[in-house]
Amino acid sequence: MFYREAGDFKVSYQDDSQTFPIKFDRYRYYAVLAVAFLVIPFVINDYWANAILLPFLIYSIAAIGLNILVGYCGQVSLGTGGFMAVGAYAVYKLMTAFPEVSMFIHVLLAGGITALVCVAFGLPSLRIKGFYLAVATLAAQFFLVWLFNRVPWFYNYSASGQINAPERDVFGIVITGPNAASWATYFFCLIFLTLCAIVARNLTRGTTGRTWMAIRDMDIAAEIIGVNPLKAKLTAFAVSGFFIGISGALFFAVYLGAVEVGEAFGINKSFLVLFMVIIGGLGSIFGSFAGAAFLVLLPVVLKVIGVDMMGWPTDIVAHFQLVIVGALIVFFLIVEPHGLAQLWRVAKEKLRLWPFPH
Amino acid sequence: MKLKLTTLALGALMAAGPAMADLVFPSLSYRTGPYAAGGIPFADGYADYFTLVNERDGGIGGVKARVIECETGYNTEKGVECYESTKGEGALVYQPLSTGITYQLIPKTAADGIPLHTMGYGRTSAANGKVFGNVFNYPANYWDGASGIITYLLDSNGGDIKGKKIALLYHNSAYGKEPIRTLEELSKKHGFELSTLPVDHPGQEQKSQWLQIRRDRPDYVVMWGWGVMNQVAIQEAANVRFPMENFIGVWWSGAEHDVLSAGAKADGYKAVTFHNVGRDFPVFDDIQTYVVDKGLAAGAGDQIGNVLYNRGMYAAMLAVEAAKTAQEIHGVADITPAMMRDGMEALEMPEARMSALGMPYFGPSFNVSCENHGGPGLVGMTQWDADTKTWSLISDFQKTDTSVIQPLIEADSASYAEENKIGGRCN
Repeated sequence: MFYREAGDFKVSYQDDSQTFPIKFDRYRYYAVLAVAFLVIPFVINDYWANAILLPFLIYSIAAIGLNILVGYCGQVSLGTGGFMAVGAYAVYKLMTAFPEVSMFIHVLLAGGITALVCVAFGLPSLRIKGFYLAVATLAAQFFLVWLFNRVPWFYNYSASGQINAPERDVFGIVITGPNAASWATYFFCLIFLTLCAIVARNLTRGTTGRTWMAIRDMDIAAEIIGVNPLKAKLTAFAVSGFFIGISGALFFAVYLGAVEVGEAFGINKSFLVLFMVIIGGLGSIFGSFAGAAFLVLLPVVLKVIGVDMMGWPTDIVAHFQLVIVGALIVFFLIVEPHGLAQLWRVAKEKLRLWPFPH
Repeated sequence: MKLKLTTLALGALMAAGPAMADLVFPSLSYRTGPYAAGGIPFADGYADYFTLVNERDGGIGGVKARVIECETGYNTEKGVECYESTKGEGALVYQPLSTGITYQLIPKTAADGIPLHTMGYGRTSAANGKVFGNVFNYPANYWDGASGIITYLLDSNGGDIKGKKIALLYHNSAYGKEPIRTLEELSKKHGFELSTLPVDHPGQEQKSQWLQIRRDRPDYVVMWGWGVMNQVAIQEAANVRFPMENFIGVWWSGAEHDVLSAGAKADGYKAVTFHNVGRDFPVFDDIQTYVVDKGLAAGAGDQIGNVLYNRGMYAAMLAVEAAKTAQEIHGVADITPAMMRDGMEALEMPEARMSALGMPYFGPSFNVSCENHGGPGLVGMTQWDADTKTWSLISDFQKTDTSVIQPLIEADSASYAEENKIGGRCN
């Protein structure tokens, strides 16, 4: 009944290869976009923006970035936290050095700087693979955090080593700092997420994405059929770094406003984003969203249920959170190793056959 | 969706008017994570004192106090969530007990008009009330702590520490880096040699730092640690046989749980403080009668009289007294955050007032003013006795070197004012 191609005729190749070839699916996608752009900004308040939606949007960008590297190109990375820190410090230096330039440009530039750093740390991937590459990126994580802690130039010689986002705007609308309206910060992050997702989707289904997947599935075979591993791997690192840099910049400038590198961009952040990608589904853009939503929302939902509704002590709820989130991760990985994206795919398939499953 | 409706309804309620039935004091606590050992006693003390005020006095000026606890785990992201979820309830003052969260809340609370009290932590230059209108860090700040340690060393060395080697072992974060600038200035002034040894979060790995201490043989080690870092450092100091009486921590490195694990070897370890320690205060009898015996104690109730429990209780006491002051100034019992801010700015805490509250000589006497949100910065020294398992105050609350601290505060707050385009107040 739902998700059925019957009667949905395509007359051009372009129609046939679009992202959502099924009409029902396409309209659902337009509906989601419409709600996100036209409804939520009008009903949003500080709590929803700062506690739920901003982290969801920003972590989604990071998860898409990491998914390109890990899910599409098969290069395991544990350096996400460090690369997000590069984005954050890049945008901080740019914001303080060029206060009159629009935040939009600063965030894009921060993404570009992170892409360069990411490529530099991606160079060893040409010689080492798998776990060994994971260790090399882990080194990037520790090195970058150490660097931002050690060199005072990065935090403009402030006494505490913290970086604070000053007030900056886009077309006169305040985006960073405490006086930014919640709808503005939400809109700013949403635009970046939408752009990133569209770019990622189109990259992954084109030539670039196919070479990445060829490298992921069997790099020697890919090389034999003419894929240049240098180009494929480094473009994956660059694109991934660009997205992660954007997410790091937004994370610092728009969401938190003040950041301490060791606390905000430590190894835990790398694992968190990696878990998002694994739980959401490797090699799936939708999976990045699903994984980010799962890991951002679940603790908040558990807290609201436990503390606000049931009135339990906060420490018990915090401990339960760890247990429940951990158990759910194990459960999902056993029941569906391909992540939430696969569950979604299966559900769609079921709906398609309904009410006559064979 | 239901949650959304309730939050929306709450927002509407807030907009409708301050018809609140009680005075809300959010407690951004951390009872989990690597810093829980320090977070639990503080949160217990904070909550218990408000329970005491409600049970014994029937609230503050007749209005009940309500503590909303929110678990941050010392994590800044959760801190933001906690702040956003509690500020709509009419929160009067925030005390996050985390320098990282403080840095985030300074601009946010300024925009929302809610006072922030960071007692002995946070941004030191917030003591300058001309720039930081709604941030308070009385009765003492980090730079007072650093200067207090040096003053103590000067006193115990007959006024001359020229050529002495002092090592600073610090948590590699905004918190740990705070005293460096002050200590550098003081080393120029008094001619001691300063070396800095950073320890990364969470602080379990300190072998190389202590190896360096063993090699350099500094005369004194000063520690800016928190959480598990303290226990490890004291254990390591015992392992390299560093004389404990020459090992001095800031007030966040001087509680029972920090020294107990090292056993008898921790005997003689010192820490500066800005409030008294121990259980010999009449207020604890009241807490026993009105809170513990009634089964209303927060947490497990096993922390009463611990250093950090006392500190949490002291923080709550100062908040209650500021609320009372605000009620007097404005003549209403149901105060708003803006009135609370006025109360904090006009707070006077003479010895007589503390004695009347059953806390004689619990902290230094001080007054807050519009210009000075940091109090006089009097600090005392405590020492650990491993046999009796008690901390005791071994020196009076003494003056710190304001001639060094004040210019630093002026300079740092001026740069904040310039960054954020804040004009001066109190003119």
